[in-house]
Amino acid sequence: MTHHIIAVRTYLIIYFALIAFLFATVGASFLPSTAPHLLIAMTIATIKAVLIILFFMHVYYSNRLTWIVAVASLLWLTLLLAFTLADYFSRGWLDIPGK
Amino acid sequence: MSVPAVVVEDPPEDYLQEHTLKSWLLTTDHKRVGILYMISVTVFFFVGGAAATLMRLELMTPRGDVLATPDAYNRLFTMHGVIMIFFFLIPAIPAVLGNFLLPLMIGARDLAFPKLNLMSWYVYIIGGMIGIWIMVFGGVDTGWTFYTPFSTMFSNTMVVTAAVAVFITGFSSILTGLNFVVTVHTMRAPGMTWFRLPLFVWSHYATSLIMILGTPVLAISVVLIALERIFGVGIFDPALGGDPILFQHLFWFYSHPAVYIMVLPGFAVVSEIIPCFARRPIFGYKFIAFSSVAIAIFSFLVWGHHMFVSGQSMYAGMIFSILSFLVAIPSAIKVFNWTATLYKGSIRLDTPMLYALGFIGLFTMGGLTGLMLASLAIDVHVHDTYFIVAHFHYIMVGGTVMAYLGGVHFWWPKISGRMYPEFWGKLSAMLVFVGFNLTFFPQFLLGYLGMPRRYFEYRPEFQVLNVMSTAGASILAIGYVMPLVYMLLSLRKPPNAGPNPWGATGLEWQVESPPPVHNFHDPVVVTCDPYMYSPEEAERDYAHDQHVRNA
Ligand SMILES: [Cu+2]
Repeated sequence: MTHHIIAVRTYLIIYFALIAFLFATVGASFLPSTAPHLLIAMTIATIKAVLIILFFMHVYYSNRLTWIVAVASLLWLTLLLAFTLADYFSRGWLDIPGK
Repeated sequence: MSVPAVVVEDPPEDYLQEHTLKSWLLTTDHKRVGILYMISVTVFFFVGGAAATLMRLELMTPRGDVLATPDAYNRLFTMHGVIMIFFFLIPAIPAVLGNFLLPLMIGARDLAFPKLNLMSWYVYIIGGMIGIWIMVFGGVDTGWTFYTPFSTMFSNTMVVTAAVAVFITGFSSILTGLNFVVTVHTMRAPGMTWFRLPLFVWSHYATSLIMILGTPVLAISVVLIALERIFGVGIFDPALGGDPILFQHLFWFYSHPAVYIMVLPGFAVVSEIIPCFARRPIFGYKFIAFSSVAIAIFSFLVWGHHMFVSGQSMYAGMIFSILSFLVAIPSAIKVFNWTATLYKGSIRLDTPMLYALGFIGLFTMGGLTGLMLASLAIDVHVHDTYFIVAHFHYIMVGGTVMAYLGGVHFWWPKISGRMYPEFWGKLSAMLVFVGFNLTFFPQFLLGYLGMPRRYFEYRPEFQVLNVMSTAGASILAIGYVMPLVYMLLSLRKPPNAGPNPWGATGLEWQVESPPPVHNFHDPVVVTCDPYMYSPEEAERDYAHDQHVRNA
């Protein structure tokens, strides 16, 4: 198995992108309270996580099995979130008298 | 001045040859790490067992009299749960038997990451030391489940320290799982194809997947508890915008699959013992192999069955209930296949087989009562009663502990090079089986009649069943102490087991007992399927023996 060596340049680009996103997060918190704060913050966080996984953790340059492992773990995270949210969204559906 | 002669030492013959403490504490030999784990989990088993003994003594009478306060009782059952689950059941089979056997079974020199393997033991010991420290200096009273809001807002005990202990220990389990997955993928001997792997390896592979995918979520849950307790971050506290039920989601996302971390390795052991003592190839190899993987996947889809009365949405409850019924299918496949393996076999009832047969019966009872609990309506009735306690002890003690003991007896000749005394072995297996049922069957009845769990006093009409349970526990205790004694005593004699006392298939039986440091002298090439047993041959041998004896 060969190891792809990532150029320092790439690391630096990703690093500054992450810093930029960090400022974006801080900036977004100053938006008026009507703005969709959670959505914005989560989107930025997801992009940052993907950058880290792909480049800092070398998944982008790895073989198929590594991709499968990475995607499967995200799938597992989705399971956790999906079933938990399914509970939250359907909690109010059933009318319970007196509640 | 004389020049010391250069002595060329022969490499030690077997892995037990070196005796220094340093050679043990700095070993990277998977067999030695297995032994280190064996010693440590045994210690924790008896510590957790002592807590159980005190609880059973307390519950002999309806009034609280053995322990000073109800609070002491709360700390006692919490310590029993935490120690037995995190420090015994989860590492027991994988870290002891798995570590020792996995490389031998696939024809490898060691695990893929020997140093990580040793590190996992140190991590485990650090977690365990913190656990013991908690027990000595105050304890925790939340139950092993750390439910919010009690754990975050009300408990005055060492919750954060316990969270740290669980967090740390989790990493030892992740490291073990990681090691096993990589080892199975990369270190199989030539000819050892996936469908030639012993089912022990398949089950451990499935277990490892759960360890890797689930344990981080447990770590996150306990970190969040600590954050909320220390900094008042609003994750579980409704007053701060949190939600207490969120903790149960996070916790059970790991802890239901953790049940399978504990019992899949039990399946692993039983799948080796049954064909050997029935002298038949295992029935439905691929079904058993794939059902392990199916269990690993489905086990992540059912966690809400612990939350039917928690305030979880009714619709989520219905989905979790249906999915819980589905996860019973792969477990049932295994039970039917083991039973089918016995059919027309030439059965020998040695100690490992007695334990394995006990496992099948008790696990089946635990599994079927699990289906009762997965039904929404029954669960509302028996939730948080002794019915639950009985159910999971049938799985964990009747299942995992029986399998562990069966496995330890089965591979003891390989691990130590010595036979254990067969008479005492059989006696211990019988005592454990009888004592276990006497301890826990009455608890099904108690729970169904409405006795709640986790109280140190109870209504007088429950006393008869509680006394039965305590009586059973004392028999069980004798059954557990016996193997400890006779196995240690067997070490005083020189090795007498020979490479393959059971006439078993499998690569681990082809090397001497105890195995050499490097496992195999020559490169291994695998040319046949596993479990090539022949009942006819066994019957012929038996008839021949009888003939010789009668002549
Ligand atoms: Cu469960």
